[in-house]
Amino acid sequence: MPQGIQVKDLNIFYGDFRAVADVDMEIESNSVTALIGPSGCGKSTFLRTLNRMHEVVPGARVEGNVQIGGVDLYGKGVDPVAVRREVGMVFQRPNPFPTMSIADNVLAGVKLNNRRISRSDAADLVERSLRGANLWKEVKDRLDRPGSSLSGGQQQRLCIARAIAVEPSVLLMDEPCSALDPISTLAIEELISQLKERYTIVIVTHNMQQAARVSDRTGFFNIENTGDPGRLVEIDDTATMFSNPSQRATEDYISGRFG
Amino acid sequence: MTALTIERDIQARRLPARAPWLVGAGALAVSLAVGSLGSGPSVPAVVALAVVLYAVTLYVLSRAVEGPRRATDRLAGIAVTSAFGLAMIPLVSLVWIVVSRGLRLFSISFLSTDMVGIFGEMTEGGAVHAIVGTLLVTGAAALISIPVGLFTAIYLVEYGRGPLARAITFLVDVMTGIPSIVAGLFAFALFTLIFGPAYRAGIMGAVALAVLMTPVVIRSVEEMLRLVPNELREAAYALGVPKWLTIVKVVLRTAAAGIVTGIMLAVARVIGETAPLLITVGQLNQMNWDLFDGRMMTLPVFAYRQYAQGGVGIDRAWAAALTLILIVMALNLLARLISRYFAPKAR
Ligand SMILES: Nc1ncnc2c1ncn2[C@@H]1O[C@H](COP(=O)(O)OP(=O)(O)OP(=O)(O)O)[C@@H](O)[C@H]1O
Ligand SMILES: [Mg+2]
Repeated sequence: MPQGIQVKDLNIFYGDFRAVADVDMEIESNSVTALIGPSGCGKSTFLRTLNRMHEVVPGARVEGNVQIGGVDLYGKGVDPVAVRREVGMVFQRPNPFPTMSIADNVLAGVKLNNRRISRSDAADLVERSLRGANLWKEVKDRLDRPGSSLSGGQQQRLCIARAIAVEPSVLLMDEPCSALDPISTLAIEELISQLKERYTIVIVTHNMQQAARVSDRTGFFNIENTGDPGRLVEIDDTATMFSNPSQRATEDYISGRFG
Repeated sequence: MTALTIERDIQARRLPARAPWLVGAGALAVSLAVGSLGSGPSVPAVVALAVVLYAVTLYVLSRAVEGPRRATDRLAGIAVTSAFGLAMIPLVSLVWIVVSRGLRLFSISFLSTDMVGIFGEMTEGGAVHAIVGTLLVTGAAALISIPVGLFTAIYLVEYGRGPLARAITFLVDVMTGIPSIVAGLFAFALFTLIFGPAYRAGIMGAVALAVLMTPVVIRSVEEMLRLVPNELREAAYALGVPKWLTIVKVVLRTAAAGIVTGIMLAVARVIGETAPLLITVGQLNQMNWDLFDGRMMTLPVFAYRQYAQGGVGIDRAWAAALTLILIVMALNLLARLISRYFAPKAR
C-alpha cells in the first residue's frame, strides 16, 4: 500500500554540523516528488532521513518529525530495519552485489534476510520485479550471470528491481540517472511513471527537464552561504514551480541564473 | 608543427632488432676473455662484467643512432631486468639447494616412519611424527587465532569508534612486532602458572603460535574489510537487512577471497617457527597424537635437532625443510582454489 509522507520541523545533523534546517513537507501517496537544488544543499541528506539511512553515518542525528502512513519514523520503539523494508532506496551509483548473480541480486532482500522462499515463488518474484524494472527482456536468458556483467543503465534498473522486490510502499531515488546515457535515462523515467501507480516516489535530480517530465510536485532546496544549513525554499506543483514559482531564488535556479 | 615532430619521430632511425643480441654476445665474449686472463674466471665476476659492458655499449650505440630518449629507455630496461635477476638469485638458489639436498633422504618411508630405534649413521627413520605435530600445532593455533582475529577485525572496521578501537589498533601493531621467542616464553609462563612447571603439551606451542598469528590475521582481514565499498553495506541496509546479516552475508562474503589469502599467509608465517616450539612443545622421537598431553615433534624443531646431530642428520634436516616447503606450497594452492571459488566473477 503506497503511503503519504509528512515531514515537520526536520533538522538534520552530522555531529555538530547542521546540514539541513526546518523542513516541512507534505507528500501525497502515489505521487512523484522531485527534489532539486544546488550541490551540497542537503537533498541526499534529507532523502536518507526518510528511510532512516541517515543514522548509518557515525555521529549523524535527526531532530523533528517524519511520518509515513501516520507512523512516526523516529518514534520510540520503531525499528529502523523495518522502516527500510517499507521505504526502498535506489542510489546515485548502481551498486549491485558483485558476488551475486542477476537473479540473486533481485532476491537479495529475501536471501540476505534468511527468509525461506520456494523455488517457484523465487522465480516468480524475479520475473515480476525485473518486468517491473523494465529489464526482464534484456536479461531473461542470463539470470545466473553476475550482476556486474550488465551495463551501467541495466545495473541501475537491476537495483530498482532489487528495491521493488521487497515490496516497499515508498521508493526513494537519489539521482538515479546521473551516470546514465539518454536512452537508459528515458527507460528509467518511463519506469518511474509506471511505478507511480504502486508506490510513492521521491526522486532527487539535477536535471530540470527530468524533474519537469516525471514529477507531480517539485521541491527546491537551497543553501545561502557555505556553512549554513540547507533549507527547503518551496514546494509546489511541478507546473507551477516551472512556470511561476513564488520565490525569486527558485526562479533564478530553474532558469539557470544561479550564483 | 606537432604533425611534423610526430612524422620525424616515426621515421627516426632504430637499431636493428638483432643489435641487442649481437652486443650481448660480444659483451659475454669480451668478459670471458678478460676473465681467463686472470686466475681462471669465476662465474659471478664474468656475468657482472658482461652486464656492465652490455649496458654501456648498447647505451652508447643507441644514443648515437636512436637519440637520447630511446637510449635512456634501453638503459632503464637493462637496470630493471638486472634488478629482477639479482632478486631471483637467492630465491632460485634456495629452492635449488633445498630440493637437491632434501631429495637425498626424501621418500615415502621418510614421510611414513618416525625416529624410534634409529641411532648412529642409520639412514632409516623419518619425520611422520614431526609432520603430524606441525599440522596439529599449527592447526590448533589457526583454530585459536582465526576466530579471534576475524572478530577483532570486524569490530575494528564495523563497530569500533573512539579510544577503545584506537587502543586495540595500537596493541595489534605492537603485537605484530613481538619476537617469536617472547611468544614462546609467554606461553610457557602461562601454562606453568596454571599446570605447574612439568607440563608439556602441543597446545602450549599452539598458544605461542597463536600469539604470533593473531595480529597478522587481524591486520590482513581488517585491510580486506576496509576494501569492501560502503555502497554495498548501504545497499543491504536499504533493503531492510540488519547490520549483523549485512556483515556476514555482504561484507564477509565480498571480502572472502582476500580473507582466505590473508589467513593462509598468516599460517605460512608461523608454520616454520622454531624457537617458541623448542621451549614449549619440546621434542620427541615418536608419534604423539594428543595435543593436550606430552611433548611433540614438529618439522622445524626436527630439522634443527637433526642438523645439530650432524652426519646423516644433516640430510634429514634438509628433507624436513623440503617437506615444510611442500606443505606451505600445498596450503597456498588450497588457498588459491578457495579464493577463486569465492572471488566475484567478472563476467
Ligand atoms: N557523511 C557526511 N559527514 C559529514 N557531512 C556530510 C556528510 N555527507 C554530507 N555532508 C554534508 O552535508 C551537506 C549536504 O550534503 P548532501 O550530500 O546532502 O548534498 P546534496 O544536496 O545531495 O548534494 P549533491 O547534489 O552534490 O549530491 C554538505 O555540506 C555536506 O558536506
Ligand atoms: Mg546528493
